Amino acid sequence: MGNDELKTIAREVRKGILTGTHAAKSGHPGGSLSATEIFTYLYFEEMDVDPADPRKASRDRFVLSKGHCAPGLYATLAQRGFFPTGDLETLRHIGSHLQGHPNMNDTPGVDMTTGSLGQGVSAAVGMALAAKHWGDSYRTYCLLGDGEIEEGQVWEAAMFAGNHQLDNLCLIVDNNGLQIDGTIEEVNSAQPIADKFRAFNFHVVEVSDGNDFDQLRAAFAEARQTKGSPSCVVAHTVKGKGVSFMENQVGWHGKAPNDEQYAQAMAELEEA
Amino acid sequence: MADTKMIATRQSYGEALVELGAEHDDFVVLDADLAAATQTGKFKAAYPDRFFDVGIAEGNLMGVSAGIATTGRVAFASTFAMFAAGRAFEQVRNSIGYPHLNVKIGATHAGISVGEDGATHQCNEDIALMRTIPGMTVVVPSDDVEARAVVRAAYELDGPVYMRFGRLAGPVFHDPASYEFELGKGIVEREGTDVTIVACGLMVAASLEAAEALAERGVSAEVVNIHTIKPLDEKTVIASARKTGRVVTVEEHSVIGGLGSAVCDALSASCPTPVRKVGVRDVFGESGPALDLLAKYGLDARGIQAEVEEFLH
Repeated sequence: MGNDELKTIAREVRKGILTGTHAAKSGHPGGSLSATEIFTYLYFEEMDVDPADPRKASRDRFVLSKGHCAPGLYATLAQRGFFPTGDLETLRHIGSHLQGHPNMNDTPGVDMTTGSLGQGVSAAVGMALAAKHWGDSYRTYCLLGDGEIEEGQVWEAAMFAGNHQLDNLCLIVDNNGLQIDGTIEEVNSAQPIADKFRAFNFHVVEVSDGNDFDQLRAAFAEARQTKGSPSCVVAHTVKGKGVSFMENQVGWHGKAPNDEQYAQAMAELEEA
Repeated sequence: MADTKMIATRQSYGEALVELGAEHDDFVVLDADLAAATQTGKFKAAYPDRFFDVGIAEGNLMGVSAGIATTGRVAFASTFAMFAAGRAFEQVRNSIGYPHLNVKIGATHAGISVGEDGATHQCNEDIALMRTIPGMTVVVPSDDVEARAVVRAAYELDGPVYMRFGRLAGPVFHDPASYEFELGKGIVEREGTDVTIVACGLMVAASLEAAEALAERGVSAEVVNIHTIKPLDEKTVIASARKTGRVVTVEEHSVIGGLGSAVCDALSASCPTPVRKVGVRDVFGESGPALDLLAKYGLDARGIQAEVEEFLH
């Protein structure tokens, strides 16, 4: 799939993120928008998944360890055909299959229940370990936030993955630089992120623009070719990417657009 | 009980895993650097490639086990009760309980019979913690025969299970030839008419001994073994309470939130009955030989007998 097509899909994913959080009057647009190209590339280019058979045993797995960015995952799954895009308007509503944080038993295409930070990565490691143990060929991808990696469990999981040489595992750190209480530097910086994962025996691929499909394409190709160690793609992204008034604004971590902001954001995306 | 075999249920757990491993290859066993103590080391020795040690990282132990279980296989996750139910509570709740995954938690060294290690390692809260998680099955086997059956039943059940095992060797009082185990089905170990003693784990044997002593003093005590705390066999508990009109619960666990609370929940709803809860009375444990500690905290036959007599008079 060419970049133009991927960009078109990413634009629809962004609109889905805004539609979902606007309808819910809550949720997390900032980190969903920063990771939109990552979601899009994984589900439309990198991973072997089948919307008609969401639990196909041989499918590649994706774990959204930063589970609060569920609006981004849901919008991507809807675009990919796992469920109707209209469902996004039910996000966080009573009775909806789209919970505030992902639940594998509610939503087609969700491979693991997440939301409590630091836990998804352990599950991803378990999936990769299971594939090695039982000789399955699927790969496991796991998206983490750069604030999330302050959680100690991330490093318990990373230590185990490195020691077990899980080269069928690819972590992605969405390094948008912002967390709820401020910049990651202000709060409790995990930098240098790349060096930390190298020290845990990961092959690290640094991506200077994680909202650029060419760079993501090269990074995931490198990860796929890496043998003998798990990979970690550290992707520098822009929080709130694609919506002018949300970009690099920490206040848009966990706040929904009101009617006026929603209209403006959708108009910007139409023009982009 | 001079001729009675003494076996710790953690040992039964380790040996049962080895037996199960010979029959099935769709499960693995994980531990967090306590394989010798939890007895999963036996499985490791038998099937080294089906055993994974995550090191001293209990949160990751539960998460990795959950990830394995998403693939349709079963993961047995083992560590001490303190770390399984306590330290990793939230991982168990969110990564195992909420998605209802096939992780079977083998928690050993529960209760004050841990002994010399003292209060930091004596988990008296795990039953309370685990039974609050929706869909979690909580089992506390009373002897070697029952513990082995529990491991097999846990493997066969679809969903998460918390199995509570002990460090201290206890009497093997069930006959493997005639014993029948069913998850969620209590066992009336001894019939009586004056009082019902509902017990789990090591306290079942102690309660049977207490019932024997009570009989000599003219008190007819019924002893009900509730190995499955959740789902609770309300029918058996209520039937016995109706018969005797008095219930004493006995557990090597805090009197808050464990077997006693579960029994009270059931009785208060449909068969209000006076209940005396015997257990660890909202205090931390301490170091000492296990048998001495059990005696000090009233969790031996003599202590149970005294509680029953005081309750009845």
